[in-house]
Amino acid sequence: MSTQTIKSLDFKGLSCPMPIVNTAKVLKQLDPAAVVEILATDPGSVPDFKAWCKATGNELMESSEESGVYRFVIRKKG
Amino acid sequence: MPARVVVLGGGVGGTLAANLLSKELGRDVEVTVVDPTGMHVYQPGFLYVALGQANGRWLSRDERLLLRDDVRLAIDGAKRIDPAAGTVELARGGSIPYDYLVLATGARLVPEQVPGFVGAAHDFYSLEGAQRLREELSTFRGGRVLIGIAGIPYKCPPAPVEFTLMLEEYLRKRGIRDRSEVTLLSPLNRAFTIESASKLVQPIMERRGIELATFFNVETVEPSAGAVTSLEGEKAEYDLLILVPPHRGQTVIEESGLGTNGGWIPTDPATLQHRDHERIFAIGDATDLPISKSGSTAHFEAPVVASRIASLIRGTAPEAAYGGRVMCFLETGGGKSTVLRFDYEHPPTPPKPSRHWHWAKWLFNRIYWNTVPQGRIPEWASGRRKR
Repeated sequence: MSTQTIKSLDFKGLSCPMPIVNTAKVLKQLDPAAVVEILATDPGSVPDFKAWCKATGNELMESSEESGVYRFVIRKKG
Repeated sequence: MPARVVVLGGGVGGTLAANLLSKELGRDVEVTVVDPTGMHVYQPGFLYVALGQANGRWLSRDERLLLRDDVRLAIDGAKRIDPAAGTVELARGGSIPYDYLVLATGARLVPEQVPGFVGAAHDFYSLEGAQRLREELSTFRGGRVLIGIAGIPYKCPPAPVEFTLMLEEYLRKRGIRDRSEVTLLSPLNRAFTIESASKLVQPIMERRGIELATFFNVETVEPSAGAVTSLEGEKAEYDLLILVPPHRGQTVIEESGLGTNGGWIPTDPATLQHRDHERIFAIGDATDLPISKSGSTAHFEAPVVASRIASLIRGTAPEAAYGGRVMCFLETGGGKSTVLRFDYEHPPTPPKPSRHWHWAKWLFNRIYWNTVPQGRIPEWASGRRKR
């Protein structure tokens, strides 16, 4: 595991598919195995991030919800 | 002395808000619409132009003829807004003072933000783009057709799906379907962001042999290779490429410091007031609201803004609130359509595509000019859901 710096991305208030597309844009700029934290409020982001990670090979390390805010931790494909 | 309301933008939302304010307050208000072209354009018609089913003449009217006589029209650009002074500086010189300002400035297409887009990709998001695409299609002899989205948010979210279905039908009618592959590049793992609409549309796409490439967010176009690449690292080759260009808010919003990232206006979802300026309201594509950028959104927001401003001018408490209501027709081809009606709280449950909704859309397209800008909205077209 080379990079462990967590970059936090706040996509609260954005509707689908913006959190996914914005995450894809940010990950593109980062080194392999970089870890990002994503905050979103769109309930659709839960299945969408799960499916997106599966399709792209990035790892969904965490997916949780607290008072309407969804938190995802994703490690970029190594 | 009458209150001064300035409306920037003569599209659906701006025109309707101006007319409603003037109708409601009469001599107590002086409404001025500022629009750079003075032409009102019916954007839902662009895709019909691209497919040779309509021409530009049907889609544009003189804005003056759609406004009430007592609404002033300034054919001019807005250069800068000064919220502290309450003035709008105009492109041709001079400035207009306001007591209330309505920002109905719409979205701006910025295809140049995607490397390789300009000159290689076609679009149906402007009249010029739709006309160029019509020319291209008229000489198209078959091949790989890609339809994709090169930036979000974009206007009329169902449009790429709708266009794909209509284009497939067009190719069949032209007798070149068997020599063509039609592929929709989707940003998600389904045809459309709204799950219920995807479930309805995907089987239709399958039956018609339309391919769906999932999680394909267009990043660059490589004209020399005839290929488009995605943020996800995939590549797709094309003979004809049709992309939704990236959108941004207008420069006047950004340069006046009234926008967020992307130039969208930070807007209260219920009152439609600018989050930092109580005398400024926003309507339509220009807002940052997490809801479809579409004419119907502007159509349903305009009465809320007009009513709230009218109350403030009268000195009473504003009561009207926007609940996120949107209504979109979606043509599925074969003379059938469905309809998406939803709001902030209720996702849509689109009915099975039928001729009924196709004719409803057809009729709405025709009665638009004499109903929507003036605030004469037929109840069946108002998008109210029976609950």
